[in-house]
Amino acid sequence: MDLRNTWDQWPDANGRFGEFGGRYVAETLMPLILDLEAEYRKAKEDPAFKAEMDDLWTHYVGRPSPLYFAERLTEHFGGAKIYFKRDELNHTGAHKINNCLGQVLLAKRMGKTRIIAETGAGQHGVATATICARFGLECVVFMGETDVERQKPNVFRMKLLGAKIVPVSSGTGTLKDAMNEALRDWVTNVDDTFYCIGTAAGPHPYPELVRDFQSVIGKEARAQIQEREGRLPDAVMACIGGGSNAIGLFHPFLEDESVRLIGVEAAGHGIETGEHAAALNGGLPGILHGNKTYLLQTDDGQIVDAHSISAGLDYPGIGPEHAFLRDTGRAEYLSCTDQEALDAFQLCTRLEGIIPALEPSHALARVGEVVKELGPDGLLILNMCGRGDKDVFSVAKALGVDM
Amino acid sequence: MPTSRITDTFAKASGESRAVLVSYLMAGDPDLETSFAAMCALRDNGADIIELGAPFTDPMADGASIQKAGLRALAHKTTLADTLALAARFREDDKTTPVIIMGYANPVFRMGFAKFAEAAHEAGVDGTILVDLPPEEDGELRDAYAPYDLSVIRLATPTTHEARMQKVAEGASGFLYFVAVTGVTGAGSADPQAIAGNIEMAKRVSGLPVCVGFGVKTGDQAAEMAKIADGVVVGSAFVDHAEKAHESGEFADAPRGMGALAKELSEAIRTVAKQ
Ligand SMILES: Cc1ncc(COP(=O)(O)O)c(C=O)c1O
Repeated sequence: MDLRNTWDQWPDANGRFGEFGGRYVAETLMPLILDLEAEYRKAKEDPAFKAEMDDLWTHYVGRPSPLYFAERLTEHFGGAKIYFKRDELNHTGAHKINNCLGQVLLAKRMGKTRIIAETGAGQHGVATATICARFGLECVVFMGETDVERQKPNVFRMKLLGAKIVPVSSGTGTLKDAMNEALRDWVTNVDDTFYCIGTAAGPHPYPELVRDFQSVIGKEARAQIQEREGRLPDAVMACIGGGSNAIGLFHPFLEDESVRLIGVEAAGHGIETGEHAAALNGGLPGILHGNKTYLLQTDDGQIVDAHSISAGLDYPGIGPEHAFLRDTGRAEYLSCTDQEALDAFQLCTRLEGIIPALEPSHALARVGEVVKELGPDGLLILNMCGRGDKDVFSVAKALGVDM
Repeated sequence: MPTSRITDTFAKASGESRAVLVSYLMAGDPDLETSFAAMCALRDNGADIIELGAPFTDPMADGASIQKAGLRALAHKTTLADTLALAARFREDDKTTPVIIMGYANPVFRMGFAKFAEAAHEAGVDGTILVDLPPEEDGELRDAYAPYDLSVIRLATPTTHEARMQKVAEGASGFLYFVAVTGVTGAGSADPQAIAGNIEMAKRVSGLPVCVGFGVKTGDQAAEMAKIADGVVVGSAFVDHAEKAHESGEFADAPRGMGALAKELSEAIRTVAKQ
């Protein structure tokens, strides 16, 4: 099949991106995700839904986020011009709120009164708690015990916002277990509860709707770069946890085949050590959390724990659309170790006066090589998808600084 | 013909105007040898059908009890092949008791649906319940099972309305597993009155025997469910005996405890007539 000019036709009616995606959920949830899909189709056609969303994006979230020319970083590498899409300036400090706002507005349309979410770094939890506070909805956030420990500032923030935090000790107490626990809550509380998934993964229609809500990033960036430079970029780059900020940036460029789409996975201690979170570079296709996608797993199909210094990337899977884009060759996926991310974190802070979150620091760590490949006439956009305030404690610890 | 073992079992119980007892245990918990002894003890004490759990790291529809059972089994590296070998060993001497494998899609997907179907058939397995393969996603599995008459046992729940039940029934075989509560295994118990109508509808729409599970732990609860369903499934209450044996180190207590519970449950079921 000729995929050109059909990149944005996916998923198909069964929620598939090629062979990936689908709806691998327990029967209890099937009627719920079918309802959600039907409601989403209606909302998409409803001008009032879009109007409410746009209004809150502008006045509450602070969109559009700027496209910033990172002049000193560009000079430092001596290659293509580097632009940052500054989603770290959003209310709550990351791209996560773009999606939360959309999902909570959907939940309201569906008459749901209780919102549940999983969180790793706590950014999605904070964004969900924020929107729930704004709309007066009950909010319960599932968070792995390990992450509760390493993301303390965000835990307190969520509590201030009125959310209930459920530390998850089952399994290995990280993001995947938080997601299991959220799914268990959802099968238990089907009537009043809406599951607000934080990344472009999970059963259909989540990968599609999260992508659509996050695509505001790419749509703005595409218009902004054309205004600034009079042309499309040569490459766009983003870090990959579950893949929501990346797909949000990539999707509006999918049909512009001259634009390279580059995702960066977390290589942790190095892919060869087995301690990493690089599902595409070090995993195999499998079925987990409602979708078929690449997963870190054993030969026997048991899920292996991810490792990354960044809690937001510490997940053994990846959204199904990325699995599809990688297998079809439309997007490239690189990786970056904990140490490389820490170095990039410091470099960006010193040169640009922008403290990046550890997640986009992974993408930053690969920018040098890419801009050299593109050469001085090239243009690159990097998604600065989160600010680093939440990470200063863990970075201090990693650098051996006693605060 | 493997399906006939399931059909025969329901026909026999129906002749006795009673429901069947389906008992669940996790393969390899606390070890494979104990699981084999437990399967025999369950059968000897009135379990009509044995559901053998295939361990998975991320069992999203299970409560704490079965989650921990899976992790115990995985801690000493119980594989899907081990689970099949356990079924095969049981089948050597038992030609009539149906054995159903219950688990999650990924280990089966990794083995390959066709390879798994062949291996399950050879092991004398009668069917599978793969929790995260709803009708929309089990086409490949059904194709793989077709040559062998392995049953694709599907789940129905209180959220399964009639139109949805038709979808669930289409292509299902063996029996229908009605999940009594919206929730995970081992959670609170259901009120039989509240679900009696759903079970009636499930029987009518599917034309299959309907077994009820989730939250059934005691003889009294089993007896109540046995009035309205063709079978009663008990899981976490059996698994709790494996946990105790694991903790005490007295593994032989597991088959003993499970056998005693099976006896209590099957006797309770026999005290009531199926409606
Ligand atoms: C700032 C930031 N970036 C990226 C991610 C990773 O998620 P995704 O790949 O869905 O964008 C997270 C997750 O918590 C995050 O907080």
